[in-house]
Amino acid sequence: MTTVRISDDSLALACGADAVAAAFVDAGWTVERASSWGMHWLEPLVEITGIGWGPVTVGRVADIIAGGAEDLCIGPIAAHPFLAGQHRLTFARAGKARPLSLEDYAASGGWSGLDRALSLVPATVVEEVTASGLRGRGGAGFPAGIKWKTVAGAPGARKFVVCNADEGDSGTFADRMLMEGDPFQLIEGMAIAAHAVGAEQGYIYVRSEYPHAVAKLRRAVDLAASRIAPFAIEVRLGAGAYVCGEETSLLNSIEGKRGEVRAKPPLPALQGLFGCPTVVNNVLTLAAIPHILSAGGASRYDSLGIDRSKGTMPIQLAGNIKHGGLYETAFGVTLNALIYDVGGGTASGRPVKAVQVGGPLGAYIPPAQFDLPFDYEAYAAAGALIGHGGVVVFDDSADMGAQARFAMQFCAAESCGKCTPCRIGSTRGVELIDRIRTGGGTAVDAVEALPQMRNAGKAGRSRDEDLALLEDLCEAMELGSLCALGGFTPYPVRSALRHWPDDFGPP
Amino acid sequence: MHTAADLATLIDRHAAHDGPLLPILHDVQAVFGCISPAAEAQIARALNLSRAEVHGVVSFYHDFTATPDPRPCVELCRAEACQARGVDALVDAAEAAAGERVRLKAVYCLGLCSVGPAARVGDALHARLDAASLARLVQSA
Repeated sequence: MTTVRISDDSLALACGADAVAAAFVDAGWTVERASSWGMHWLEPLVEITGIGWGPVTVGRVADIIAGGAEDLCIGPIAAHPFLAGQHRLTFARAGKARPLSLEDYAASGGWSGLDRALSLVPATVVEEVTASGLRGRGGAGFPAGIKWKTVAGAPGARKFVVCNADEGDSGTFADRMLMEGDPFQLIEGMAIAAHAVGAEQGYIYVRSEYPHAVAKLRRAVDLAASRIAPFAIEVRLGAGAYVCGEETSLLNSIEGKRGEVRAKPPLPALQGLFGCPTVVNNVLTLAAIPHILSAGGASRYDSLGIDRSKGTMPIQLAGNIKHGGLYETAFGVTLNALIYDVGGGTASGRPVKAVQVGGPLGAYIPPAQFDLPFDYEAYAAAGALIGHGGVVVFDDSADMGAQARFAMQFCAAESCGKCTPCRIGSTRGVELIDRIRTGGGTAVDAVEALPQMRNAGKAGRSRDEDLALLEDLCEAMELGSLCALGGFTPYPVRSALRHWPDDFGPP
Repeated sequence: MHTAADLATLIDRHAAHDGPLLPILHDVQAVFGCISPAAEAQIARALNLSRAEVHGVVSFYHDFTATPDPRPCVELCRAEACQARGVDALVDAAEAAAGERVRLKAVYCLGLCSVGPAARVGDALHARLDAASLARLVQSA
């Protein structure tokens, strides 16, 4: 046997997969570049007849060819505990197929969802998506079927399907892995959505930080063009603005405008791209569609998960974790299971201090709450959010006061500037946290001292008053911002303050 | 040196599409290294927009710059997941290695959050960086 499989996912490339692949080629082997299994601590992972070795360096290739390198061997990859515990639907092909092979795609059940959808009337497709219980995976968790129904019923000469692939949250990479590893599945999901709502044009808006995903998507769209015609897809590139992951600012960006958030209503489903009815769904939402539209898929999807969180969630284990990677499982799993049983604790070996779920706008969760089930409503009730399913682990060396400050600083840098609580509140938030952390309190400034500033305190503010002011500011941002950027930045700030007050300096 | 005719070619490539401005700006930034006031004016005329509208878009996005920076650029991820993996401790050494010769740019997430600290030079990605390997990367940029 002289065929070896090595991933060409950009994470594997970043870990040196190309050099390892070249070493096998030099030794006369055939190298097949497949998608990534999602076991990132083992990348570059080398697979020979189902047996895996990782992480492999160029220096160990000769060992593997000679039948040695037992220390790197993980045995049969598919039986690895990290994979055996998962329930992979959206990532069913991960590690098993060549990303741009139409042959591999069709052989693994590809296009069966689209073929079946096209044999149904659009209203039935929408009903099946609704029945599956699928909710938007971008973060808001809005039921996909209801959104599609609104677009299908909206009057409009043109309608659009827009895929939100502006995956800016730190700690998330599932969209990237899907686009690089199984791009046809996303295209198939978009084609089904187009049939369901009556759209002829689709856009995939990808962030510019993902050059490999963009290249693969563009080639995949060309390869699949005849399969999805008359529906057509164009890949559009973002330009480094985090806020363009918000759906209305994403639409403005495609239109060629500043990525400023639009007030809602009107909903994008009624007046979206170029003023036309538009489906805007995340990569993972659309990629879940082909499975749901396959025979019996909707009821299978609905049977997984808990309460109103149905189906599976591709959870991303990131940050200071020993076994990081992609873990797709039914809703309901706890952080304890994810971090300790699956993830093996921290990479540094130190105790876990905090976990941030849901990206830069997600709350920091202390170990005492690690029994929280992965569920949209349970997280909301605990003042946290699932977001896009990123889980970032911090060990006990983390300074949570600094993390709170970073949340405000990030919001200030990335605010689109349209609404005041976000644009100005974030900068004031950084200043306030700095003052609180230095414990100094605040003297009366020149403006506050003016006689007409009747409501301003004339004695300066103590640290406690600054803390109350920060709480006020968080409330104003949460309730007064137009979108989730200003609205959720208070989550990491408040949670850090509540659970780790000692990290904000001496009282 | 690039001319107005080069710019017109770039504009024509996208002008027939819906919402052509961002694709045009990406091409101009890639070819010219920046989007100058003169380029803004020419794009505005071609698309029947005001110069203010085009300037508003150029200045909104981090990827577009008004002046060229010919230095090699190392983009270092400074987002939460890389912070949790210790990127902040590498910054001083990286800055020292960069000096004036290399532009060290902070970016927020390259999607390599389980194997950080991570960096990008052009389209090449690098992960599991420590102070020594990051300094080498900066020096070879």
